[in-house]
Amino acid sequence: MRAKLTFQDIQVAVNVPAGTRVIEVSEKVGSAIMYGCREGDCGTCLMEVMSGMENLSTPSVLEDKVLRENMAGKRYRLACQAQVLGDVTVGPA
Amino acid sequence: MRSLLNVAETRTAIALSERVHWIGALDPSLRSFDIILKTANGTTYNAYVVRGSAGVAVIDTVKANFAEEFFTRLESVADYHEITAVVLNHLEPDHTGALPELLRRAPQAKLYISYKAQRMLKGLLKVDTPFIPVNTGDTIDLGDRHLSILHTPYLHWPDTQCTYVEEEGILFSGDIFGCHFCDVRLFNDSVGDFRFSFEYYYAHIMRPFKVHVLDALALIEPLTLNTVAPAHGPVLRDHPRQYVERFRDLSIPRLRRENTDDKTLLIFYISSYGNTARMAEALYSGANEIEEVRVSLYDLAGGEIEPFVDLIEEADAIALGTPTINGDATKPMWDLLSSLVVVNMQGKLGAAFGSYGWSGEAVPMLEDRMRGLKLRVPVPGLRVKLIPTDEELAACRQFGRRLAEVLTARHKAEVLEFEDL
Repeated sequence: MRAKLTFQDIQVAVNVPAGTRVIEVSEKVGSAIMYGCREGDCGTCLMEVMSGMENLSTPSVLEDKVLRENMAGKRYRLACQAQVLGDVTVGPA
Repeated sequence: MRSLLNVAETRTAIALSERVHWIGALDPSLRSFDIILKTANGTTYNAYVVRGSAGVAVIDTVKANFAEEFFTRLESVADYHEITAVVLNHLEPDHTGALPELLRRAPQAKLYISYKAQRMLKGLLKVDTPFIPVNTGDTIDLGDRHLSILHTPYLHWPDTQCTYVEEEGILFSGDIFGCHFCDVRLFNDSVGDFRFSFEYYYAHIMRPFKVHVLDALALIEPLTLNTVAPAHGPVLRDHPRQYVERFRDLSIPRLRRENTDDKTLLIFYISSYGNTARMAEALYSGANEIEEVRVSLYDLAGGEIEPFVDLIEEADAIALGTPTINGDATKPMWDLLSSLVVVNMQGKLGAAFGSYGWSGEAVPMLEDRMRGLKLRVPVPGLRVKLIPTDEELAACRQFGRRLAEVLTARHKAEVLEFEDL
């Protein structure tokens, strides 16, 4: 199964295998989402989900904690943690 | 008349106003900061105290081995039991070294940090410490003085923020508008010529984050600024706004580019026998066939690194050509790549090419490095064994054309396959 992951800031969409994490794609295509620790700890890769939030994997307890500590709203996820399960559009926070 | 102030001869706080004092420390013998910066006459670690009718706030602290100087100056203007707030504009150890001891001496003080700094605080103190996370719009009430928080992330850490006292027109700007310059006269109208240090600090610390500098300036520029009080270097009380304006100048392109809708592709090559040079020229002519792409060709052997870095900062794509020597890319090419750490490369396109004699490892090495710099490498690199044939030069032209096509196609929505990245 494949899904379309669109980066709104650079207007690039990528067909990815379901389960791919956003981080695996965003750096290769040059989206401006920034990265720090890459393991769900620092919160640097906070990204805005413009559409398709329901098509991302459910946040882990760890990600949930980081999102809360960063006062992230409902439209935000960590790009290093979120897995793409269906069509979704994202961009830098 | 020139100020006779000599901060090194005192251990008292230095007044910025009746209610605001500098309680920092001098480090004149430092010659290298954080490995990456030279500090020809040392630096200062600036911390401040603000006294209101209903509380006293300490803004930042100093590096750990300068804590005694900080505490002595602090004690000259405030008792520990009076301190109601400690605000950290930035958690790097040169500003938080005295924090654990300060919190021990003033246990009633509330600690305010950027909401982005929460996990860093834990990493620094290693024990759970109560704190209040703050963001733009939050204020800390000291009675007749109020501290307003400006969230200015990535200048130069995710947690960096500024603290503004409206009643004084003083902005405590953290590392923004700071520099490594140590002078006992402290204020910008009295110290020696620190313009080089100011620009050098910007070039090495702030430059990779220009977009975030512009976001921060949008918050700072509307403020009334009597004084800008940074965390390093002179306190800017004379014409502080010129330093703000200089940051804007440094964050926008110097000369406006002609044909601003065009994409720019820079081709850099280095060549020992002229083979990689011929590939570069063919690539150049191929890319030039595509309208809306402005292509430039440079021989690395004929220029200095620094202006090339300036060019790359504003380019949309780079193509790098080098021969392979002893299984590696050449030193001038690595020197160029290692100098790009001071600019934001994210989102640019990259490509590599080169002639080789035995093995040709240089091209994939350059591609890996460019990916590491967050460039996208959309067209697989091109290698030619020794002297390029006419067919191979045609392939170089095609390579240049394809790169230029990808570059212009980025205007429109593009759908890629994951496996092709």
